[in-house]
Amino acid sequence: MIKLDHLTKIFETPQGIVTASDRVSMEVPEGEICVLLGPSGCGKTTTLKMINRIIPATSGRVFINGEDTSLLDTITLRRNIGYVIQQIGLFPNMTIEENISIVPKLLGWKKSRYLARAAELLDLVALDPTAFLKRYPNELSGGQQQRIGVIRALAADPPVMLMDEPFGAIDPINREIIQDEFLKMQKELKKTVMFVSHDIDEAVKMADKIAIFNAGKLIQFDSPDRTLAHPKNDFVKGFVGTDRTLKRLRLVKVADVMNPTPDTVRPEDSLKSAFQVMDSRGYTSITMVDQSNRPIGMVLRAQAQTQEGTCGDHYYGLRAIVNVSDDLRTVASRMFSYDTTWMPCVDEQGVLLGEITQRGITHYLGATYRDKQVTGTNHRPTAEPYPAAHQPEQGAKRG
Amino acid sequence: MAKSKSLVFWLCALAGMFTLGVISQGSGFIEGVLEYSEDILYLSQQHLALSAVSGGLAIALGVSLGVWLSRPKQQRIAEGVMQILNIGTTIPTLAVLALSMTILGIGSTPAIFALTVATILPIVRNTYTGIREVPSFLKEAANGMGMTPVQILVRVEIPNAVFVMFAGIRTALTINIGTVPLAFLIGGGGLGELIFSGIDLDEMPMLLAGTIPTALLAVLVDICVGATAYFVVPKGINPLRTAR
Repeated sequence: MIKLDHLTKIFETPQGIVTASDRVSMEVPEGEICVLLGPSGCGKTTTLKMINRIIPATSGRVFINGEDTSLLDTITLRRNIGYVIQQIGLFPNMTIEENISIVPKLLGWKKSRYLARAAELLDLVALDPTAFLKRYPNELSGGQQQRIGVIRALAADPPVMLMDEPFGAIDPINREIIQDEFLKMQKELKKTVMFVSHDIDEAVKMADKIAIFNAGKLIQFDSPDRTLAHPKNDFVKGFVGTDRTLKRLRLVKVADVMNPTPDTVRPEDSLKSAFQVMDSRGYTSITMVDQSNRPIGMVLRAQAQTQEGTCGDHYYGLRAIVNVSDDLRTVASRMFSYDTTWMPCVDEQGVLLGEITQRGITHYLGATYRDKQVTGTNHRPTAEPYPAAHQPEQGAKRG
Repeated sequence: MAKSKSLVFWLCALAGMFTLGVISQGSGFIEGVLEYSEDILYLSQQHLALSAVSGGLAIALGVSLGVWLSRPKQQRIAEGVMQILNIGTTIPTLAVLALSMTILGIGSTPAIFALTVATILPIVRNTYTGIREVPSFLKEAANGMGMTPVQILVRVEIPNAVFVMFAGIRTALTINIGTVPLAFLIGGGGLGELIFSGIDLDEMPMLLAGTIPTALLAVLVDICVGATAYFVVPKGINPLRTAR
């Protein structure tokens, strides 16, 4: 847990007094990632660096796991906080092993222990210890260096990590990969992380909490979804962008939105029975599954109504399938590219778990706004948990 | 193409050296120089001793001064001190020798003093610049990890500046070897004895018996310092040993 209590930094410059950080108070629960977000010069980096006293605070206090850090000496405090900077800051004169072992050595670990730790950490980021331990930083690519930067900060297993735009200098493709890796690690390690970024997309992806700063003040401290859905003022609104609802797509997993009990037909079912199901539900098409409940095609209402035979003889191929662990962004992107408004959702083995529809998505995303309207107008929204009116699928190819 | 060109160059060089050797041998020149072999040996030792003491002093003082000036506390005075040293080096070594003789008398002590003064600047300058140019983010990273200022200096700043520092030491020692002959003028000894006596007596072989070993020593020391730098500078920051 990191708690900031009225943390303030006032710089006296020749141009006058500048308040870089103005009575910032917030609390990041243990095991969560808090992204400090804002335009440059907003005080986010200053706030971060006051936590490990790279920048001494003018006033205010910092608590880590309930302990007032002003009672600790600076060296002890810093050795117990992982610190990652944008320029990575690997020491070029030391091998990777030496770089990772710095803090454990400072803490007086035994040699066998810190060497084992270095190898273990390299494994954690999928770099082969035998190949990398003895190399120097200049022999590594930027992405590899940044991974080392992160595990170096993790070396002594500090409860708290401070990261100052750690992935800012990496190309977009590698950045995505490293972000994913970091999130995967974080799931296991459960560090309390303060993370400075100026990229709203990165913040939405990484954060459990987003703290938006402007002109030294903490403007909004909220979950990513609430920040995007309910920006506190015009500044936040402008900062998160006009497409903020689209950004929320990334925060929601398919499993949260899909209809978990979709109607299906088997190849041996007759078209007649398929039509009856579609007719009673108002569907324009229905998913066909095989013996092990894997979606293999779809049957159209128009066909079922006018033709005779079994579903297995009159079905069309599925245009797109989505995994339940994907986010809605993937779903939306696939819907646009395949011109479809619904998709079967499957697990890793390809077994059908549900169905997701465009209407379902918009309904889900709109819920948070409707709740707000409800309190304002006392007008109850129509209960419509899984609106599943499939649009007619034009031009589908026969499977 | 390039290979055959360099082959031709080396053949010409070899032929040139051979011809030179034949001519000098024919004129009895080599014998003339070798007559002084005992003097050469004795004076070379003296020469090297002077260099070693003054060079060692210059390195010890220069590195310490450079490190001290690079500390943030000294930031204000650093450039001023550097200017004073600059002026110190601008004064001709001969003048420094003469001045130190008036205070310290004659012999090797004033010579060592003057030589140290003459060679300290490149060492201080390079130590100071080398450490100041260690990227600030490395220092920030070291700070953020909880290193003490001394640990940062020893483990981060100096290792990352050591290549530049060695460049300064190399220049300084080469200058030093070349300047030692002047020490003879205030009774400091060294190969200058053969050189200046050779000039005075118009004895070409004697003169060369002083100059050739001086030149060889300078080259030798340069190579030694270069080799030391090659192995002492950590592999990760050694431009001569970069893996890529």
